Amino acid sequence: MSALPAESAGAATVAAVVIGGSAGALEVLRPMLAALPPAISVPIVIVVHLPERSQHQLAAVLNHGSAVAVKQAEDKEPIRAGQVYVAPPAYHLLMEPSLTFALSLDDPVHYSRPAIDVLFESALDVYGDRLLAILLSGASEDGAAGLQEVHAAGGITIVQAPHSAAVAIMPRAALALFRPTHTWSPADLAAGLPQLLSLPTECRSPP
Amino acid sequence: MRPGVTELEIRLLLEAVYQTYHYDFRHYAPASMKRRLLQAMTYMHCDSLSALQAKILHDRSVFPQLLEYLTIQVSELFRDPEFFLALRRQVLPMLATYPSLKIWIAGCSTGEEAYSFAILLAEEGLLDRTLIYATDINDQSLRRAQAGVYALDRLRQFTLNHRAAGGRGSLSDYYHAAHDAAVMVPQLRRRITFADHSLATDNTFSEVQLISCRNVLIYFDHELRDRALNLFAEALCPRGFLCLGSKESVRFSALAPRFRELCAAERIYRRID
Repeated sequence: MSALPAESAGAATVAAVVIGGSAGALEVLRPMLAALPPAISVPIVIVVHLPERSQHQLAAVLNHGSAVAVKQAEDKEPIRAGQVYVAPPAYHLLMEPSLTFALSLDDPVHYSRPAIDVLFESALDVYGDRLLAILLSGASEDGAAGLQEVHAAGGITIVQAPHSAAVAIMPRAALALFRPTHTWSPADLAAGLPQLLSLPTECRSPP
Repeated sequence: MRPGVTELEIRLLLEAVYQTYHYDFRHYAPASMKRRLLQAMTYMHCDSLSALQAKILHDRSVFPQLLEYLTIQVSELFRDPEFFLALRRQVLPMLATYPSLKIWIAGCSTGEEAYSFAILLAEEGLLDRTLIYATDINDQSLRRAQAGVYALDRLRQFTLNHRAAGGRGSLSDYYHAAHDAAVMVPQLRRRITFADHSLATDNTFSEVQLISCRNVLIYFDHELRDRALNLFAEALCPRGFLCLGSKESVRFSALAPRFRELCAAERIYRRID
């Protein structure tokens, strides 16, 4: 959108946040969302691997204690800033260039549907270097390749520090591929995300 | 890392497919389309999408392979059993008031949905007065649907689904086991017409009382989804039924006012006038 020169740090303004995780991710997500101010200027989209039954509850679970509203994304729903979205059970969740969501029943990726790679790669195609992607605790390698692409395209990438993760397979898979912008503990994430989102821009009203 | 593919390459390839083979994927949802094309590219040993385009332009025999990647839909008999249970309880009693019935399964893939409807109708005593039109754009899928042969190892799931859908008898009443496959009985197939039809380029062909088009519209962009919903509104008789996939809806569509929810949880709608 904006062709204005970037801030002195050289970082592009974050336009969207995508987050992936599996085992041990909920415990990190809840305080992270709770630490966000009620009015955020970007959409946050989350894929967490869960058994299908729990996946139904995910929006309700995350809504509890979050000032920002959390909802299950719907097919062809416009993507709105200031809202947190989670994938519906058993469908891949994709972001479209028309700034709407799309669902798919294509094959699982890394045995998972929804898959983190599918979300990250589609989001990257929409937002490019204005994407911020976070990979949390988990027992799968899903998300590592997608995160690497975000990194290569110049987006901000954050990996949960493996020592702080309940299950470190997912963060380690990413760290084996590249060095992310930040490797953070859950406390760093809760404190750091609001700061990353409050980068000054010309078109946003002050909080 | 995914191989680099530009939007232009995708547009050109889909245009080439349309011009050469008359399959119109130009209004499919771009994000899923890109994933499927990347997959096809890898498995068809092409280094770039342009190379894949050249291949399908110069060798007609490889196009069906690409078509498989672009259309493949995995289904089951009685997929989402709660949906079929809702049909059985809420919709079929109303359909039973019609002297004859026509049902359209749009995007029938390899036939599972059509046979599920046929079994459901048979169990409720309505199959003899029903014609089921089951349409798809993929000839290969249609041939498999027409054959009605499913691998035996899928039958366990089918049977569980059928039971959860309120199945009255045994599912085995509706197929013959042969070697490692189950063949749907002719009494079902006799009531189903499998035919080539594209929601992107064709028009309506008959008035029907019910349309089932589940997990097809998620692959369409807004424009094509609206085209399909418009076809459905035209094809349905007044107060006819429209069934969508469990995560699909008429929301965010210009056609939403043509339908009202009958059973929100199972995405069953009725046409309103």
